[in-house]
Amino acid sequence: MIVRISGEGQYELPDADAPRLNELDNRAVAAVERGDEAGFRELWDQMLGLVETDGTPLPDDELVGSAVILPPRDISLEEARDGFSGEGLIPD
Amino acid sequence: MSLAGRMSTVIKAKISKLLDRAEDPSETLEYGYQKQVELLQNVKKGIADVVTSKKRLQMQSQKLEQQVVKLDTQARQALSQGREDLARTALERKTLAQNELQSLDSQVAELGHQQEQLTANERKLRSKIDAFRTKKEVIKAQYSAAEAQVKISEAATGVGEEMADLGLAIQRAEEKTENMRARASAVEELEKAGTFDDLTQIGGGGDDLDRELAALTSGTQVEDELAKMKAELGPGAGEAPALAEGEAPVAESAGEEGR
Repeated sequence: MIVRISGEGQYELPDADAPRLNELDNRAVAAVERGDEAGFRELWDQMLGLVETDGTPLPDDELVGSAVILPPRDISLEEARDGFSGEGLIPD
Repeated sequence: MSLAGRMSTVIKAKISKLLDRAEDPSETLEYGYQKQVELLQNVKKGIADVVTSKKRLQMQSQKLEQQVVKLDTQARQALSQGREDLARTALERKTLAQNELQSLDSQVAELGHQQEQLTANERKLRSKIDAFRTKKEVIKAQYSAAEAQVKISEAATGVGEEMADLGLAIQRAEEKTENMRARASAVEELEKAGTFDDLTQIGGGGDDLDRELAALTSGTQVEDELAKMKAELGPGAGEAPALAEGEAPVAESAGEEGR
């Protein structure tokens, strides 16, 4: 399973990690909904940690879409709640 | 929706905007050289903005460092001449400058990290674009037209995702530097207002700025430092040797009551 950490890059992760990743994601969303900043940070660090520890970085010349795209490391609670918007390089 | 789900939706929308312009998505990348050059130019501009902001903050940080040293010296001088009131004001301003310095330094570090990340990602995108050009030819040579079409589209999605993600990273970097610029301007305003200025320019005291300073700075930090300075300067420091008539002896007692 290919996972991207937005703003950083892609990792090849064992499929067995999917349930754990999902669980952390769900708990992180719950923390966001509670407005629990500290809880969210901790879960978020765990998610990124899992990808970095279990995953292997994909070579730069590998051309493949990601199955999972995680928001940027420095995502704020507000961004996590409201989602991302805006133009970026590619206009909507 | 999950965080990963939301993020994927944002990126995938951008990929399809990027690739669906042509009938054949892979042709967008194949013939859209102009588009790719444009994207890379935007990346370069984004990185340049980060560097400019970083340099500006670094200059401010150096200026503040000099102010901290100067205010410390002035506080010592004031105290050794028995002017505890002046010494306290100098230390209040020093504390304010130090707090500002700390925040500036962490911002400089953050921008430095951002610059590295964007540069690394620009390199990654270049590699992917190059790899796509090569791979496309290999696929065409090895597969039937229909199969090749599918495989090239997959590869195009890989490049498209990198582009879309880097685009988002640039956008975030620009928003952040924008915020830091606004803050940097605010610090410059404080400097212009004389907040970190020479003590000789301080008037009678008790003006709005002084009250604001007192509110902003931590009183205990100032008192602690004042006490430390007194101890260093030895007994007798802080006592007004020659009080002008009618002036209240403020020096020693104020320091003790503070504790």
